[in-house]
Amino acid sequence: MTAGSSPAAAPAPAAPAPAADVRRAGRWLFRAGVVFLCAWVLVPIYLLMVNALSAPADVTGFPKRLVPGFDPGSLAFFLRFQGVAEALWNSVQVAAVTMVLSIGIGAPAGYALSRFDFPGKGMFRLLVIMTRAFPLPLLALPLAVLFIRTGLDDSIVGLALVHTTLALPFAVLITFSLFSGIPVELEEAAWTLGCTRLQAVLRVVMPLALPGIAASAVFAFVISWNEVFAAAVLTIQNRTLTAFLLQSLDVSPLPLKFAGGAALVIPALVFIFAVRRYLFAMWGIANR
Amino acid sequence: MPRLLPYLLLLPATAFLVVFFLYPFLLVAIESVTRQGAWSLANYERMAGHWKFSAAFWNTLLLAGIVVPIQLALALTMASVVTGLKAGRATILYIFAIPLGISDLAAGLVWLAIFEQTGFLNSLLTGFGLVERPVLFLGYQNPWAILLAIVLAEVWRATAIMMVILVAGMGLIPREYGEAAEVFGASRWQRFLRVTLPLLRPSLQTALILRVILAFEVFAVVAALGGTQFPVLMGETYNWQFTLQDRGVAAALAMVILAISIAATLVLLRLLHVPKEART
Amino acid sequence: MAEIRIRGVAKTFGSFTALHSVDLTIRDREFLVLLGASGCGKTTLLRIVAGLETASAGEVWIGERRVDGLAPRDRGIAMVFQNYAVFPHLTVYENIAFGLRMKKLPQAEIDRRVTRNAELMHIEQLLKRYSGQLSGGQRQRVAVARALAMEPAVILMDEPLSNLDALLRLEMRAELKGVLAGSRTTTIYVTHDQVEAMSLADRIAVMNAGRIVQADDPVQVYRNPAARFVGSFIGNPPMNFLPATPAGPGAWEVAGLRLAGPAGAAGRIEFAIRPEDLAPAPEGLAATVRVVEPLGPHTLVTAEVAGAPFRAVLDSDLRVAPGDRLTLAPAADRIRWFDPETQEALT
Repeated sequence: MTAGSSPAAAPAPAAPAPAADVRRAGRWLFRAGVVFLCAWVLVPIYLLMVNALSAPADVTGFPKRLVPGFDPGSLAFFLRFQGVAEALWNSVQVAAVTMVLSIGIGAPAGYALSRFDFPGKGMFRLLVIMTRAFPLPLLALPLAVLFIRTGLDDSIVGLALVHTTLALPFAVLITFSLFSGIPVELEEAAWTLGCTRLQAVLRVVMPLALPGIAASAVFAFVISWNEVFAAAVLTIQNRTLTAFLLQSLDVSPLPLKFAGGAALVIPALVFIFAVRRYLFAMWGIANR
Repeated sequence: MPRLLPYLLLLPATAFLVVFFLYPFLLVAIESVTRQGAWSLANYERMAGHWKFSAAFWNTLLLAGIVVPIQLALALTMASVVTGLKAGRATILYIFAIPLGISDLAAGLVWLAIFEQTGFLNSLLTGFGLVERPVLFLGYQNPWAILLAIVLAEVWRATAIMMVILVAGMGLIPREYGEAAEVFGASRWQRFLRVTLPLLRPSLQTALILRVILAFEVFAVVAALGGTQFPVLMGETYNWQFTLQDRGVAAALAMVILAISIAATLVLLRLLHVPKEART
Repeated sequence: MAEIRIRGVAKTFGSFTALHSVDLTIRDREFLVLLGASGCGKTTLLRIVAGLETASAGEVWIGERRVDGLAPRDRGIAMVFQNYAVFPHLTVYENIAFGLRMKKLPQAEIDRRVTRNAELMHIEQLLKRYSGQLSGGQRQRVAVARALAMEPAVILMDEPLSNLDALLRLEMRAELKGVLAGSRTTTIYVTHDQVEAMSLADRIAVMNAGRIVQADDPVQVYRNPAARFVGSFIGNPPMNFLPATPAGPGAWEVAGLRLAGPAGAAGRIEFAIRPEDLAPAPEGLAATVRVVEPLGPHTLVTAEVAGAPFRAVLDSDLRVAPGDRLTLAPAADRIRWFDPETQEALT
């Protein structure tokens, strides 16, 4: 990769050809570009973390230093703030329910799409893909009324149902691609070796699909964890972290905002890291 | 039994989408054209008559119009870089994909840390002596600064989703096509323009549709950075529903967002249409 | 006893008919090869016997049981798949033991059978490996061992050697023949490779367009094709065909040559001869040589007879060049005749 390790470049220190010069310049430009793009992504996060890890006085102070003070003050202030702990816990619960619902409902559908041809298959795919052309958070508006009637208003489950609508199409498409990636012959082999359909799924398909299913579950979790609009519309007492932060934007002091931002970002970083191998399997199929 | 099995497996998902997707959209559509139980366009009249509506509408379109092309270019660059990498591909890819997991609210807060009056940008500017004292970027005196901050935050946050779709799409293009073009004398840039881009059309279509719709839903980034200085449609919807407690007008706004989303989808489907025979 | 009887089995996919009412009986312990080009319905037929596909009509019997309608697991079969279908999440040992565990056999018996079949297939040193660590040939061995370990009455094989490279295929072919002769199972083996079919089969069933055209022992299928298709499909190079016109009772004229042929036929019929049943002679079919391909033991000559391409496998000592004229005499007892209407053989 580097100029030094390339066999052609190493033993020729004397008068390199102009073409080689151009190529070397191009390579440096390319590398500088990569560094710049990485910085573009990472530096803003770093700056948020600097704020989150500094004392409240530093956060409101001026000018800012570019290294964190490693003072737990802001985070402690955030965690002790009225309603934050509950909001965090609510976020986790809603995301967990969303995860279970979307995989529980989506995986069987993904399996059916990958293994069977049947009348109506196209219709179902259309329904799933249609969800993508709709601004889904708006669902919160009519559902707010519906939930009041059914007693689901301001509840974990109610919000999780809306978030599942967001996550379900992904779960269906992701599991569809996962199951499609497992050769049918493996299942058929299991049938000829004495398995029922269910046994074949449990003993052969599941062990192979599990990491991918876990990844799509994480994905569903992140979708719910990050969602702001529906959460803000549907919860009043039982606010999630995003709803809490949004609704206190005008009134909360800076350290609270930044520590809250960090609290939102850090799990996301971990999650994306956990599912990084599957990001492309997931999106590759979203193309079709 | 085997014939019923697929339907049985699809039943929960279908039922769920009907109850929580189709039905609510029907409800919101009806809600938008009724007032106190009677058919009426009063909601739309009230929405359009509000002094912020026009600003919110044009701001939303303006934002999408600025952000999406930048993101497309950036995402294509990132995807090409990643596809061209040999060493460290996985790491770079992970770094590029990080914003995918970041909530729009968090992204707004990230850029708030930079743009607020005691933020890092002001620290830098005063440090270099470029300004006397910290500028209030996000105040009503500086509408362009607010727009810039929102654009940066949106580009920063939501380019990753396009990038990932495009990387996946590029992965589907067999290497031989590029190599064949190279043998026939195409330069790197020509190969990108003549081979990669046309073959990438299905992925481009997906990425653009997804991204444009999300751009129309812009909400929390704006709330974190612009507050009330920069009204957008989704934020106005939230206000009508929550602050002004008028669900009818909120529903009407929802229908406006839905309408521009569907219109954009149709335009993109048309524009980037790939004939069936040309698919690989 | 595991005789397989296929009675009137048909299969349609929408408007496409994959199988037209197939009748076939495979005797107990017989090795039957289903041979045909891709898309002829051979794999569909095998999958119907396995229970992986449902027939649109007809019955399948294994032994004294009617099995169509039963799940694959209840049919007493084992199957080897084209892409091996070795479970990637299990070791070789667990792959071979998979079906035995499903049967809930005692561990000692599982151990015994796994070890014995692994030894039989020469993979006893691979038992702890995963399929990702195996070569194609080794995976194939695991798949066969896994099927044999079930000690099934019937083994079904779907092009098991087609994914192997040529040399390995030859080796596995001989080994499979030995192993399966030693087991007392009835075997149905699907392939598109005629050499494989010839070398393995007790009996070959040649399929074309959803029908069994001929089911007979390999030599019969080769020497006495029941239909024009069989002659043109089997043999490399395949049979030569030329039109024949009547020339008196029991006599036919083929490209100017008078030959004795079927007496009962009328009108135009077709003359057929295998390329290796031709020899240069003073009297015969007038041929103009177009291409000469020396193959070592013999030379393949592509010529033109009466304007049609015509191949002959000749002794390699014979020196011929493109443009030469030859007279090729067909061996009288190897000449076959076909009815161009029905495509069937005439006697």
